[in-house]
Amino acid sequence: MAVEERSETGRVTRGREVADIRLERVTKRFDDVVAVDDVSLAIERGSFFALLGPSGCGKTTTLRMIGGFEEPTGGAIFLGDADVTGLPPYKRDVNTVFQSYALFPHLSIFENVAFGLRRRGQRGDPLKRRVEEMLELVALPGLGKRKPGQLSGGQQQRVALARALVNSPQVLLLDEPLGALDLKLRKQMQLELKRIQNDVGITFVHVTHDQEEAMTMADQIAVMNAGRIEQLGSPDELYERPRTAFVASFLGASNLLRGRAAGEGVVRLEDGTEVRVPAAALAGRTGPVAVGIRPEKIRLAAGESNMLEGVIAERSYIGVSTQYIAQTGTGSITVYAQNTDHGPSGLAAGDRVTLSWSPESTFVVDALEEERR
Amino acid sequence: MSIAAEQLPAPRRFDLSARAVAAARHHLLTLFAILALVYLLLPIAVVVAFSFNDPVGRFNFTWGSFTLDNWANPFGFPDLRGAVVLSLEIAALSSIAATILGTLIALALVRYHFRGRGATNLLIFLPMASPEIVMGSSLLTLFLNYSIPLGFATILIAHIMFNISYVVVTVRARLAGHDRHLEEAAMDLFATPWATFYRVTLPLIAPGVLAAGLLAFALSVDDFVITYLVSGSDQTFPLFVWGAARVAVPPQINVIGTMVFAAALVLMFLNIAFQWRRSPKGAA
Repeated sequence: MAVEERSETGRVTRGREVADIRLERVTKRFDDVVAVDDVSLAIERGSFFALLGPSGCGKTTTLRMIGGFEEPTGGAIFLGDADVTGLPPYKRDVNTVFQSYALFPHLSIFENVAFGLRRRGQRGDPLKRRVEEMLELVALPGLGKRKPGQLSGGQQQRVALARALVNSPQVLLLDEPLGALDLKLRKQMQLELKRIQNDVGITFVHVTHDQEEAMTMADQIAVMNAGRIEQLGSPDELYERPRTAFVASFLGASNLLRGRAAGEGVVRLEDGTEVRVPAAALAGRTGPVAVGIRPEKIRLAAGESNMLEGVIAERSYIGVSTQYIAQTGTGSITVYAQNTDHGPSGLAAGDRVTLSWSPESTFVVDALEEERR
Repeated sequence: MSIAAEQLPAPRRFDLSARAVAAARHHLLTLFAILALVYLLLPIAVVVAFSFNDPVGRFNFTWGSFTLDNWANPFGFPDLRGAVVLSLEIAALSSIAATILGTLIALALVRYHFRGRGATNLLIFLPMASPEIVMGSSLLTLFLNYSIPLGFATILIAHIMFNISYVVVTVRARLAGHDRHLEEAAMDLFATPWATFYRVTLPLIAPGVLAAGLLAFALSVDDFVITYLVSGSDQTFPLFVWGAARVAVPPQINVIGTMVFAAALVLMFLNIAFQWRRSPKGAA
């Protein structure tokens, strides 16, 4: 008896610690096309998780498999401890905000939000209170009698969110929910989504192709490309230490310089310049590699230990910063200089310049395969 | 006189005629519209008027005198009642059956990809494209080959068959306009497939299904060629009219025709009233 009890508690504690969603070697094939290729993934309870990638990278398919709208060709999906791989959507404790919102046009806003609760047998006053509470949370009180067609895009978006959240699901899935909104509304909704996620404490899984949106909202981001996860990490990890050329160029801009590993924490560029990198970044790599530096980490003066000589080829003033393109022995390098002083800075096209940056802001990725061909 | 006429200010006359031309141009479209409507409605008006006629002789072609007898006794002609009842029965049953089957086919064609989908699309279109005489005679051949007795059942089968195509086309048009994520959203919100169908899919396509049903009913009541070939000795209303016309045209035919027309009008006005009531007043 005692043994059994212990194992029971043991399971419960483990249940709290395990990830909310776990994908184990999930593959999805549509005829000959592999949309999702052997993806394993664990999403922490209560986190705001983003699946980020270009269109066709498999992020939406991954989300749809978690929601139950697609069956994986191989692998298993867990919600908490439960294997939900074969379960239809209506048997999963997961709700979705669709890209098109998919509000029921024949039902009022109130009935749209109440839909899930009614299917679960809730009636009367508790239902009414819960729906109104939720409409307040998304800042749409008193609109319950309207039809979806009478609301603006932003309002419909909030209704879609309320309709999903009202069920207090274990996980909320968001399929590019802000894609149809204009820029200003999108920025506003990003902050609001983040606030609501903080308030309700539900795990959010958010699919987007907008790296800025993912960085603004998510605690953890999985960058996907061609059906695989390229890198998983917090926004600053992904930005400061991208592990592949794809991640480096998909999240913000990067200068990638070809070279070869030349000992502990040193890479020799094609023109012979030696660049110092964090020893961990090289991570035992030998042979051809590429060195990456973010344009805003480069100074247009000597002073840091990594240096390159070059000539300014182009200069464009864009208000908050000035963008320079400098020609060096290993190719052109983009530099963003913050305009902290009054007026544009002094360098002009044709000026000789020394570029320098710290080894700490240098990252290393595998050699650039596709460009070499 | 001629002098006086010449003394009229010429520019003014020009002005007048120009204005007349402008007015004519302005109202030309209205005029044509009225003429077209008259062209369309005149035969109906004649039918309605002659339902109140007390004809001289057996043919209701010339105006005798006004009477309400025909309306007091609409089935006062041998076999007429039976023909009307048969027509209504066939129309009701065939439109219900065709609407159910056609709606399901339309759902399958729009929502699912299955082997033979292209072929189904083509076959559904065929009955609408092929001449009725071809369809009627091939059905007759089929029934005769299998020695199925002609009558109620064969008329019903034939009507269901040609009605399905129209139902599929009407419902499919309605389905195509809807976001297929709506059904996923319902399932996502814990609705079983059955609940998804009657809470979301069916309410959304209901106007299309209703329209398809009414269209099927009308086509069935109206059909002559196919019915004639497969009816055996049974008589629907169109067959009765055609048969009667050889020996007599009783004014009761006009009465029934007027009734059908009136029923259609009432339905149409009900629809307009319904739409008007449903239109969002809050948005204005």
